[in-house]
Amino acid sequence: MVSISLEQVGVSLGRRTVVRNASATFRAGTLAGIVGPNGAGKSTLARAMLALVPHIGRILVDDAEVATMPRAELARRVAYLPQGQTLHWPLTVERLVELGRLPHLAPMSRIGDADGAAIERAIARADIAALRERVATELSGGERARVLLARALAVEAPALIADEPLASLDPGHQIDVMELLHGEARAGALVIAVLHDLTMAARYCDRLVLIDRGTIVADGTPAEVLTPANLKSVYGIDARVELAGDWPTVTALGRSR
Amino acid sequence: MTISRPLLIAGLIALTLAAAIGSILFGPVHLSLARMIAAFTGHGDRIATTILLELRLPRMLLGLGVGAMLGLAGAALQGYLRNPLAEPSVLGTSNAASLGAVAALYFGLAALHPVVLPVLAVLGALLSLAGLSALAGRSESPLTLILAGIAIATLATAGVSLALNLSPNPFAAMEIMTWLLGSLENRSFEHVWIAYPCIAIGGLLLLWDGRALDALTLGEDGAQALGVDLRRTRIRLLLGTAIGVGGAVAVSGAIGFIGLIVPHLVRPLTDRSPSAILVPSAIGGAALLTFADVAVRLIDTRNELKLGVVTAFLGVPVFLIHLMRERRLW
Repeated sequence: MVSISLEQVGVSLGRRTVVRNASATFRAGTLAGIVGPNGAGKSTLARAMLALVPHIGRILVDDAEVATMPRAELARRVAYLPQGQTLHWPLTVERLVELGRLPHLAPMSRIGDADGAAIERAIARADIAALRERVATELSGGERARVLLARALAVEAPALIADEPLASLDPGHQIDVMELLHGEARAGALVIAVLHDLTMAARYCDRLVLIDRGTIVADGTPAEVLTPANLKSVYGIDARVELAGDWPTVTALGRSR
Repeated sequence: MTISRPLLIAGLIALTLAAAIGSILFGPVHLSLARMIAAFTGHGDRIATTILLELRLPRMLLGLGVGAMLGLAGAALQGYLRNPLAEPSVLGTSNAASLGAVAALYFGLAALHPVVLPVLAVLGALLSLAGLSALAGRSESPLTLILAGIAIATLATAGVSLALNLSPNPFAAMEIMTWLLGSLENRSFEHVWIAYPCIAIGGLLLLWDGRALDALTLGEDGAQALGVDLRRTRIRLLLGTAIGVGGAVAVSGAIGFIGLIVPHLVRPLTDRSPSAILVPSAIGGAALLTFADVAVRLIDTRNELKLGVVTAFLGVPVFLIHLMRERRLW
């Protein structure tokens, strides 16, 4: 059962401190959302969990520090879906999903049967079998998002960090992606997603971590975190928060004065 | 038009064999097939044996080795820098190797022993690597590396120009110019023994990171999150390019465009992933350079046609085709 723990984590990019004194523990079977305004440090915190930026404090995956863990070992434990959909070469969908098996392969080795089976499972879970022969750079934004998610799922890591997986997706595709992430968490994975859409975050996440100017200012269930007071102090907006079923919906009314 | 990998490799090997046979068959002196067979079986006359074993055979081997290295380095650099216009000169390696060789010619060191020029060329390439590392620092950005490479290439080219400018006499300048045009003429097995170990080491280093190059399709963060150690990948890639291309340029002179055009020629026949074009680019480079070297011998010109000139002309139609495709004219 995987867990990711942050102990007083700080991250500086150049001379600017982007994350300050962040502490939290994420456990398996949870879909956790990291929310906050633009430039709050959400993506930097996610990147720190993958040792992609240097940090102070301790970040542990299970009991091992990410800063000293071999990259391939960390990659086998935590899969990552980076922000954006940039692909530098026009690979086929199947070839792209295959990249997810890289942490399990030695240099110059071939894809084995176990890798092939993992690729097929990822393709099935993301429901992209019909796209497998297509060139990934020629897909629509929604199709490409599912394909990139399948690539991350093909790692078959116990934890997945997705950085803005809903960016530039229409509501239908947003629901598809969130359903998929939610399903992974229900199946026992730890899923951490950096999100901007607060209603989507509230609808699907078990837990939200609200960040403001690099500091975690609230951590709890969506109803605990998405309060009008928090939204006012962090986003600078007046918002109406209503319960729709079990989750809150957020309507921004305007800039708070 | 993707074709199966075994078929592609087999086709390219067949092309390379044809080029290699052409390189043995054709030359300024016509040799009958019977004389050639006799020379290869140890029963030939002295002239035929000398021409075949001491001139055409090393020339063929160098054509194959140098072409393979340039093609492979171009493919690896295009993958690493995620830039289809990358080639060995983008890192300044081949320019620095040229400067080393030009220094050997300028100071008259090349006359001391045939190995001095290639050795200085390899040293030039290795020095450029040190300069590149110092300029690019720890940044993993391809742009930083390209900028550092352009700085090295510009400096090396300026050094070559200075040598030409200050050359002590017209003959020295002519010697430098002739070398810069690139050729495999009059090369011996000494050149083979210098180039091949460099090409073997460089080639292995470049082939090692095929999967890392594929992962870079997702960008630097994406690749690192898949377990790729970008720092080590970069060290292997730069070392492989410096040693391999340095060794190749050391014996052939400055031969451009092979590293640029061969990956473009083979990419449409593969699944377009960077790792899939490495080996085909090496074999294709061997075939193309050897064919170009045969063409140099067959095209009748008043002055000797240089290999670097032919490869430069080969680059033009390839890029015109790409331009037409980009503009959807073809």
